[in-house]
Amino acid sequence: MERIPILKIGDVLLVSIQIDLQDRDVLALQEDLSEQICDTGARGVVIDISAVDIVDSFIGRMFATIASTSRLFDATTVVVGMRPAVAITLVELGLTLGNVRTALNLEKGLAILRQIGGTRADVLGHADDDQPVDR
Amino acid sequence: MTVAAGRDDGISGLLRASARPLTERWVELTAAPLRGRVSRAELERELGELFEAFLAAVETGSRDVDDEAYAEVRALLSELSQRRARAGFTPTETATGVFSLKRAVFEVVEGDGGAGIAELVTASQLLDALGLWTFEAYAKAREEVIDEQAAQLLELTTPVVKLWDGVLAVPLVGTLDSGRTQVVMEKLLESLVSTGAEHAIIDITGVLAVDTQVAQYLLKTATAARLMGAECTISGIRPHIAQTIVELGIEFGDITTKATLADALLHALRRSGVDVVRGRTGR
Amino acid sequence: MTAAAAIELPIGADEDIVRIRQLVRTKAQEVKLSLVDQTKVVTAASELARNTLTYGGGGRVVIDVPTNGRRVGIRARFIDEGPGIPDLDLALTEGWTSGKGMGLGLSGSRRLVDEFTLDTEVGRGTTVTIVKWSR
Repeated sequence: MERIPILKIGDVLLVSIQIDLQDRDVLALQEDLSEQICDTGARGVVIDISAVDIVDSFIGRMFATIASTSRLFDATTVVVGMRPAVAITLVELGLTLGNVRTALNLEKGLAILRQIGGTRADVLGHADDDQPVDR
Repeated sequence: MTVAAGRDDGISGLLRASARPLTERWVELTAAPLRGRVSRAELERELGELFEAFLAAVETGSRDVDDEAYAEVRALLSELSQRRARAGFTPTETATGVFSLKRAVFEVVEGDGGAGIAELVTASQLLDALGLWTFEAYAKAREEVIDEQAAQLLELTTPVVKLWDGVLAVPLVGTLDSGRTQVVMEKLLESLVSTGAEHAIIDITGVLAVDTQVAQYLLKTATAARLMGAECTISGIRPHIAQTIVELGIEFGDITTKATLADALLHALRRSGVDVVRGRTGR
Repeated sequence: MTAAAAIELPIGADEDIVRIRQLVRTKAQEVKLSLVDQTKVVTAASELARNTLTYGGGGRVVIDVPTNGRRVGIRARFIDEGPGIPDLDLALTEGWTSGKGMGLGLSGSRRLVDEFTLDTEVGRGTTVTIVKWSR
C-alpha cells in the first residue's frame, strides 16, 4: 500500500491528496503526519483537497483528528481547496469540521500559517522598545 | 388502455393487404395541415416507419398499447412528438399524424363496401389510444423545453458580481424555489474558487418573502462558504423580513447579517484589511 | 421499457467501499445527475457502505437505475445480516460528535438523497435503500 507523500516546505508540512482514500490510507496518513510533525518540529500542516471529490464522515473526522494531534505539537492545520460540491454535501450531512481551519487555496492557506506564525514571532522577538525582553 | 382482444379481428390482414395505399393516403392527410413545414420525404420516412412498427405490433395479436409489443411504436411516436414540440408545432398538428391514419383506414374499409366493421372498430380504438400517447409525449417534450428556458433565464438573472477585490455579491430577486436556490448557491461557491475571493455577500433586498426554506438556503450557503475558507454575509434584511425571521425562530448563528448591501460591503472590506476613508475634496 | 440489470458488489473490506463509491459515481453520471447531486449520492453510499461493514459485519450492495415516468434515477440497497438496529429513533437522530462519532450518520445520509427506507430487525440484519432522481 502506498502511503501519501508529505512534503516539507520551511516549517510547514504539505499533504496533497490525489487518490480516492481508503480507510486504511486515512489511518496511515494520520500516523505519518503525527510522526513527521514531531520529528521536524513543523509549525503548520496544509492538507490540499482540491483534487478530492468526496469527503464523507470518516475523512471529515480525519481532518479533525489531524488538527487536534497537530495542536498537541503546537502546529496549526489548514485544509485548502475544498470543492463547492463537497462543501454543499458536508453542510447537508451536518458534518462540521470542528476547529479545522480552511482556506480557498494553497496560497491563502500558507498566508494564514504565516500570519499565525508571525504573531508568535512578534511576541518573542519584536517587543516594544521600552519593555525589557526576557530571552 | 386495452382494446378487447382475443378474437381474430382481421385488422392485421387489412393493414398488410393495403399497406402501400394506406401509408400513401396517411402521408397525404398528415401533410395537409402541416403546410409544408415538414418535407414530404421526411413525412414519408416517419410515417412509413411508424406504419411498419404499428403493423408488426398488431400482428402479434396484442391490443394493449402499453404492451411490450407496442414499444417500438411508442418510441417512434415519442421521438416524433419531441421533434414536433421543439419545432413549435401545436399539439393538434402533432396528434393529427396519428388520427389521419384512422381516416385512411376508414376510407379503405368504405371502399370495401363496409365489410370490415370489426377491423374498423379495432383500428379506431388502437389509434385513439396511440393518439393520446402522442399528446402525452408532446406535453412532456414541451415541459422539457420550458425547463431548459427557465434554466437559461436563471443563469441570466442571477449574476455574481465583483464589488471589490476579494468581495463578490449575488443580488437575489423575486421568489426563490428550491431549484433556483441550488443553482445560485452553486454559482456563488464556484465563483469563490475561481476568483479566490474570500468574501461573499448575498443580498436579499429584492426577495419578496423569506420563509424557513429560504432562510435555510441562506444559512447553508453561508456555512458552505465558510467550510471552503471564505466568509458569507447576508444583506438586505428589511424590518418586516427581520420580524418574520424572528417569529419563525430562525437562527443565523454567527453568520453576519446586515440591513444594506453598503453595510455588508464595508464589513467585508474591513475584514480584508481595507478601510474606506472620506478624503478631503473641495466639494 | 425494461430496467437495466442490477449490479451487486460485496461489502467485506476497506477497498470495497472505494469500489462502491466509484460504481455509484459512474452510474450517477450515466443518469446525468448534476455534479452536486452526484457528490451527494456517492457520499451517502460511502456512509452506508461503511455502516454495513462496521456495524453490520459486512454484507452487500445492489445498485440499479430505476425509472419513474419522466425521470431516471440511481438506487442502492445496502444489505447486511448483522445485529440489526435496536433503537431506530436513536439511530436516526444526529449521530456524529466531532472526533469520535459512534453514530451511524443515518439522518445525515437521508438528507442527501430523495428516498430513504430502512428495514431492520434485531438479530436478522438491516437493509437501507436510497434513491436519487435526476431533475
